[in-house]
Amino acid sequence: MKRFLSIPYIVWMAIFVVAPIILVVVYALTSGSGSFTFENFAHMENFLSVFIRSMIMALIATAICILIGYPLAYALACEGPRLQKIFIMLIMLPMWMNFLLRTYAWMSILENTGLINSLLSALGLPTVNMINTQGAVVLGMVYNYLPFMVLPIYSVMVRIEPSVVEAAQDLGANSFKVFLRIIFPLSLPGVLSGITMVFVPSVSTFIISRLLGGGKSLLLGDLIEMQFLGSAYNPHLGSAISLIMMVIIIACMMVMNRFGEGEERAVML
Amino acid sequence: MHHGLKLSKPISVLLLLTMTLSMLLIGCQKSNKNVVNVFNWGLYIDEDIFKTFENQTGIRVNYQTYDSNEMLYSKIKGGGASYDVIIPSDYMVSRMISEDMLEKLDYTNIPNISKIDDNYRYQPYDPDNAYTVPYMWGTVGLIYNSTVVTEDVNSWGLLFDEKYAGRILMFDNSRDAMGIALLYLGYSINTTDKSELDEAYDLLKRQKPLLYAYTMDQIYDWLEGGEAAIGPYYAGDYITMIENNPDLKFCLPDEGSNVFIDCMCIPKGAKNKANAEAFINFMCDTEIALLNCAETGYSTPSKEAYDELPDETKNNTVMYPSAETLDRCEAYVNLPREILEYYDNLWVNLKT
Amino acid sequence: MKSVGKHRGAGRLLTGLVFLFLYLPIIVLVIFSFNSSKSRKVWSGFTFEWYKELFSDQMILNSFYITILVAVLAAVIATIAGTFAAIGFFNMKKRPRGILLAINNLPVINADIITGVSMMLLFVSARSLFRFDLGFGTLLIAHITFNIPYVILSVMPKLYQLDNNLFEAAQDLGASWFQAFSKVILPEIRPGIINGLLIAFTMSLDDFVISYFTAGSQIQTLSMTIYSMARKRISPEINALSTILFGTVLILLLVVNIREIRQEKKLKKSSGKLLNPLD
Repeated sequence: MKRFLSIPYIVWMAIFVVAPIILVVVYALTSGSGSFTFENFAHMENFLSVFIRSMIMALIATAICILIGYPLAYALACEGPRLQKIFIMLIMLPMWMNFLLRTYAWMSILENTGLINSLLSALGLPTVNMINTQGAVVLGMVYNYLPFMVLPIYSVMVRIEPSVVEAAQDLGANSFKVFLRIIFPLSLPGVLSGITMVFVPSVSTFIISRLLGGGKSLLLGDLIEMQFLGSAYNPHLGSAISLIMMVIIIACMMVMNRFGEGEERAVML
Repeated sequence: MHHGLKLSKPISVLLLLTMTLSMLLIGCQKSNKNVVNVFNWGLYIDEDIFKTFENQTGIRVNYQTYDSNEMLYSKIKGGGASYDVIIPSDYMVSRMISEDMLEKLDYTNIPNISKIDDNYRYQPYDPDNAYTVPYMWGTVGLIYNSTVVTEDVNSWGLLFDEKYAGRILMFDNSRDAMGIALLYLGYSINTTDKSELDEAYDLLKRQKPLLYAYTMDQIYDWLEGGEAAIGPYYAGDYITMIENNPDLKFCLPDEGSNVFIDCMCIPKGAKNKANAEAFINFMCDTEIALLNCAETGYSTPSKEAYDELPDETKNNTVMYPSAETLDRCEAYVNLPREILEYYDNLWVNLKT
Repeated sequence: MKSVGKHRGAGRLLTGLVFLFLYLPIIVLVIFSFNSSKSRKVWSGFTFEWYKELFSDQMILNSFYITILVAVLAAVIATIAGTFAAIGFFNMKKRPRGILLAINNLPVINADIITGVSMMLLFVSARSLFRFDLGFGTLLIAHITFNIPYVILSVMPKLYQLDNNLFEAAQDLGASWFQAFSKVILPEIRPGIINGLLIAFTMSLDDFVISYFTAGSQIQTLSMTIYSMARKRISPEINALSTILFGTVLILLLVVNIREIRQEKKLKKSSGKLLNPLD
């Protein structure tokens, strides 16, 4: 009968998780005067470019995170236990410093008169325009969310039994084959959960694009924030865009889960 | 696991209770009676005066900032905000009045209103002067770095000049940005002609690749530090910027510009109306007005404060332009709902 | 996993580069918290000025206090509620459990901005019905709501590892339900609970987006203060505050690690003397 223990939380979820989402749906399907309408979805093609841009930038950031995060997680898993522990601490430590501030610090680094360009011109090299570009925004995403890629991959990798690897080696597999046939498939759940943990916040951010993008390339998050608390008040349109974004995210999740085969338990930090 | 019956129920009841209690927390959140919640533009006040106010009245100032009229509107309209004093500009005042978002003021609680010059009261946005007390006024102008821009500047065209690609800043709010484009094209900043608005939009769209960024108050940092060289902003802020970078110059272009009055108002349903009126009254005090002027560089609507300004300030044509210059300037008026929505659409499209 | 020597060098190089990337902005922040001018990129001399000013800046200190208060309260409440909810879920039939867990996962997989916006819509519509203000209460509720799923996600796996018979065995031996729970189950799932608590606390501390939409107009968390400052001029006081925070965490971690290493050494020593127990 211990399942009654969950009733308070079920009530809580109904009020604070389900009801708000129903409200988003209601807002998306009504007009300012409160009548039912599909009007909010009618001009969605205007925002197609924002959807596409957000997707592409988030995908690029996710890809870079895999390219850096996967070898890093592998390298970490190869270290001795004490070093492993220290390195993992070092990866999580920046999260204790406010992420807005860390992102803001990149402005000082990337600006035209910033640290990198000062260094370049001191060396007599031409300066590079980096701040307020889409590249800077992607860099901000990678910077902020890279730990979310490394940690899940690392946590599945350390759980791979050394005996499995040894057995394969005994049977004559070279290290490339061991990686391809054993380590990579076994680490896949970590990669999948890393992808979702990087992609979702990247596709919906509005801070990074605002601080590092100079307001020139609107992302989905900016678009939504703009309709609720920003410069073009229209919560109905904002809800419609949120709803579409939510559907996209959940669809991606379901595709991922299909690959992941319910491995969700393995990989929360 | 069937033995659990006895205790699991009481525990779940207890949990349910705690959760309802924490929900009730929002209901009976003690609202400290002696607070005034002020929502103002960023960098638009001398924050040291809050202490003076608290010492005089015992009312604590809870202070937050916004960076455009449109953001203020969103926050009041849909953000669940509960402020006591807000400081919208003229056109936003009239929009808020028309949407019944402002309280009428009780001027008997604001005796210092007598210090305000009548020229700044009874404006078209509040003809009976029932809702507003003018705080500051000013113009919009072109600020540029004279070490980069060496030519004579007298036109908004500088903002659209490809020579300066990558060094130009632009307003990050629809009304000011569109206003400049309309002025450059020779149209009224209050036009409701959609084809004129479309033209202005096209101009801004062509300008976008030349921009360093769309910005509001970050412009200080970027112009002072030499990150960018050209940007339109409010005259008062130029006065602050030049203290940190004397190379900066100000120009009120020949095509004309916008002149604005920002007003202290009380939003509908404010919890601490009496405190809000006390605060507004305090802000009109001559000494306080002078402190605010000195800090922000904006122009005061108070005739007493103006009289006490040093001559150097009075003769500063950036802060107090001549009558002919002001003749070239137009105030924004509130636009019909349909046009406002059109603005929002154009703005979103521009930024995408 | 063991790797071959030549790979280790490359691995170390990569690790070093990534750490440089991760810590570069932090180093910049720390250095410029000692800068004598307000500039965030031109060094003009050493000063402790900003640290002094920090302790007289009511706005920053106040938002820092609110951030800590919300993070602690939300993490503790979410951990207690989440643990019980997880036990409840665990004892359910597979079907309802699956549905409930899917709903539970919503705030985790959903974008923060949607969670924030949707809760804001709820609070704003409830506000006109029940006449309350958005503020600390709504902020706390929002934080609890997005924290509980993380607690459940970290407690659940521990429950799956639990041997079902343990609990019944304890009760057969005469333990009451509560005794069996606190003496048998709790110690088993404790690592999951503590892990959940830590995740919840970190999440709350670092959150900006959800707070931004649900905190209303009376209070600000540190992130919100930084955000409103970042759009004008950030005062180096904020750098000073983060440096203090960062330093504290760093020292804590070092102390914990050094103690562990010492204990390990002791353990090795004492295991050298055969059959001589530690205490």
